[in-house]
Amino acid sequence: MTAFAIVNARLLDPSSDHDGPGAVLVQDGRIAEVVRGTAYQRPEGLQIIDAQGACLSPGLIDIRVKTGEPGAEPKETLKSASLSAAAGGVTTIVIQPDTDPAVDDPAMVDFIHRRGAALNLVNVYAAGAATQGRDGQRMAEIGLMHEAGALYFTDGDRVIANTRTLMRVMSYAGAFNALIACRPADPWLSEGAVATSGELSTRLGLSGAPAIAERIQLERDLALVEQTGARFLVDQISTEGALACLARARAKGLEVAASVSINHLCFNELDIGDYRTFYRLDPPLRAEGDRQALIEAIRDGLIEAVTSAHAPAPAEDKRRPFAESAPGAVGLETLLPAALTLHHQDGLDLLDILRPLTSGPATLMGLDSGVLEPGAPADLMLFDPDAPIVIDAAMLRSKSKNSPFDGRRLQGRVLGTWVGGRQVFAA
Amino acid sequence: MSQTTDLADRIKERLVPFPRPHFLSAGDLNPPAALALLDLADEFVAHNRAMDGRPTLDLMAGRTVVNLFFENSTRTSSSFEIAAKRLGADVVTMPVTASSVSKGETLIDTAVTLNAMKPDVLVIRHSASGAADLLSQKVGCAVVNAGDGRHEHPTQALLDLLSLRRAFGDVGGLTIAICGDIAHSRVARSNVALLSMMGARVRLIGPPTLVPGDADRWGCEVFHDMREGLEGCDVVMMLRLQLERMAGDLVPSTREYFRFWGLDREKLAWAKPGARVMHPGPMNRGVEIDSDVADDLSVSLIQDQVEMGVAARMAVLAALSLRNDGAVR
Repeated sequence: MTAFAIVNARLLDPSSDHDGPGAVLVQDGRIAEVVRGTAYQRPEGLQIIDAQGACLSPGLIDIRVKTGEPGAEPKETLKSASLSAAAGGVTTIVIQPDTDPAVDDPAMVDFIHRRGAALNLVNVYAAGAATQGRDGQRMAEIGLMHEAGALYFTDGDRVIANTRTLMRVMSYAGAFNALIACRPADPWLSEGAVATSGELSTRLGLSGAPAIAERIQLERDLALVEQTGARFLVDQISTEGALACLARARAKGLEVAASVSINHLCFNELDIGDYRTFYRLDPPLRAEGDRQALIEAIRDGLIEAVTSAHAPAPAEDKRRPFAESAPGAVGLETLLPAALTLHHQDGLDLLDILRPLTSGPATLMGLDSGVLEPGAPADLMLFDPDAPIVIDAAMLRSKSKNSPFDGRRLQGRVLGTWVGGRQVFAA
Repeated sequence: MSQTTDLADRIKERLVPFPRPHFLSAGDLNPPAALALLDLADEFVAHNRAMDGRPTLDLMAGRTVVNLFFENSTRTSSSFEIAAKRLGADVVTMPVTASSVSKGETLIDTAVTLNAMKPDVLVIRHSASGAADLLSQKVGCAVVNAGDGRHEHPTQALLDLLSLRRAFGDVGGLTIAICGDIAHSRVARSNVALLSMMGARVRLIGPPTLVPGDADRWGCEVFHDMREGLEGCDVVMMLRLQLERMAGDLVPSTREYFRFWGLDREKLAWAKPGARVMHPGPMNRGVEIDSDVADDLSVSLIQDQVEMGVAARMAVLAALSLRNDGAVR
């Protein structure tokens, strides 16, 4: 593989808190040299890419991506998801196990990894189901899936309501030091809910789940973590109350991480006001106070991973009354500009918002990417943080077009994406 | 004097009373008592091997041993039956399904009824932990615990100790790994107590869901990784995966269990060179142990354990009889 250098860039490396001019030399798919400052000597014969002052950062790592493949390919295939990721500056995606059949055995993990590798676009990993068929009752083959390369274990949007099962899953996973992720949502308080309980949902006539449903379940999960010593990821945290639980667990020394979807950082419950089903999400959009608390948690480093929560749903699933529409939104291609609104509108430092999109999830998943360091994979993203864009869902590469950002004016544009030193997207 | 007479004399010389009126737990023994039983059992091994059609011993002639098995167990039941018969006792084996227990009679009712028949020894196996203890409080004869729930199986521990002493000379200083379904294993509990008492270093290895949370307080090292746990071990004692005792699944599948905790050649190579393998039986081949290992007599002590079972139980029955009425002849 040929060597090249991206020069004249603004290097953004959250893992070392570096934000400044510099250049990156890539050789054999890995970062060979990182030059901080402007004193880079251009060797003869080396391919040079002049960034012209644009930002160069590690490629984004998205640990929560749904596809339709296998089982529901019209929604999304691994190929369309990979193309969408590459266009969004996302160099690593972790596929959720809620396919049909579910990713609950090592052969399915292997299938996802082989298909992803054959596409030769972005890095594709699988998350394995924690229980067989994601039924919340019978433990899945966590050890064999771990061995097959599954990065973590989760039943996705389904809550493992059976406390005994979850305790056994957590306890058993300890033998492999495997990460278990759970959605914090009390299944009874959340049953049938399509919005957050409150004045708005009452007015709209939508059934709502109280914010406390998240905290109640999280308290249970954290008690089990304390009991079993499991490595645990709070999947899609969305309320201020749950953040307080998380902080207390951290203070006690529990090994607990958390992720949040970009949607819950960018929108609040008022966005569902006109019953637009693109805002029908799970967990539902919360109050503005919750959104502000989540942004503060990003700033404070309480949250390790921001995800796109990419959940493709074709038009036939979304063109329904709000309560009957499928929850979820696509997000791979809009992840970066959406995240940059937190910089432009909410005052988050660029490094602070990039950290849970790069080094944070890399560390959590045990990946050696997500950093600008010699020896790391040359998974890179070049972007203009200020370029104004208007999101047009029809133009997204995803097979499904259910984007809540459709028609929104955002700032931030991906200029180029490299995976293992190979360019997979150029604007 | 003939060889047989020599052996019978040696047995009588070795015969000492059991230290307690019942054998309910490995904790009923102390090191001198355990060694005395092992010495006696060694003589019974020699006797059993030399029998060759010659008459049984008459140490328990006229005594009655009742085998009361509330759980199916051909192996242990037969072992006790043969042991008692070789000592000259009359043996009644009562499987549960053929007894009035299956008609709703309580354990205590059964005990009182049996007690009226004046047996000398009751051998009991029951699915409830503590059943043997309860029975011992209600009868006037000696009670031997042949396995109560997930509590204890002391004669298994004694026969394992006998097998190990014959293979290694002395268990003091040995490092012994007990692997697998520790949580449901009465064999593990009895062995941990007895082997530790005799100076062995005992390790427990198994998935976290099958190792009790407080096992590290048993005086053992606990491992969840076979490679780490087996390193430096002289003995690898595999346990049966007791799927029937599990409420809900504690391991995802038997194939995954075998992959990580089943003993095969590759994993055995992680133990000390020359390490020996044990299993209390019955084995789930391909689940907790590979046939290739189980059937290799150069490493496996499993057949020895079966043979030692009869001798160890003979020693226990004879010593208990001596203790309780001094009338062993």
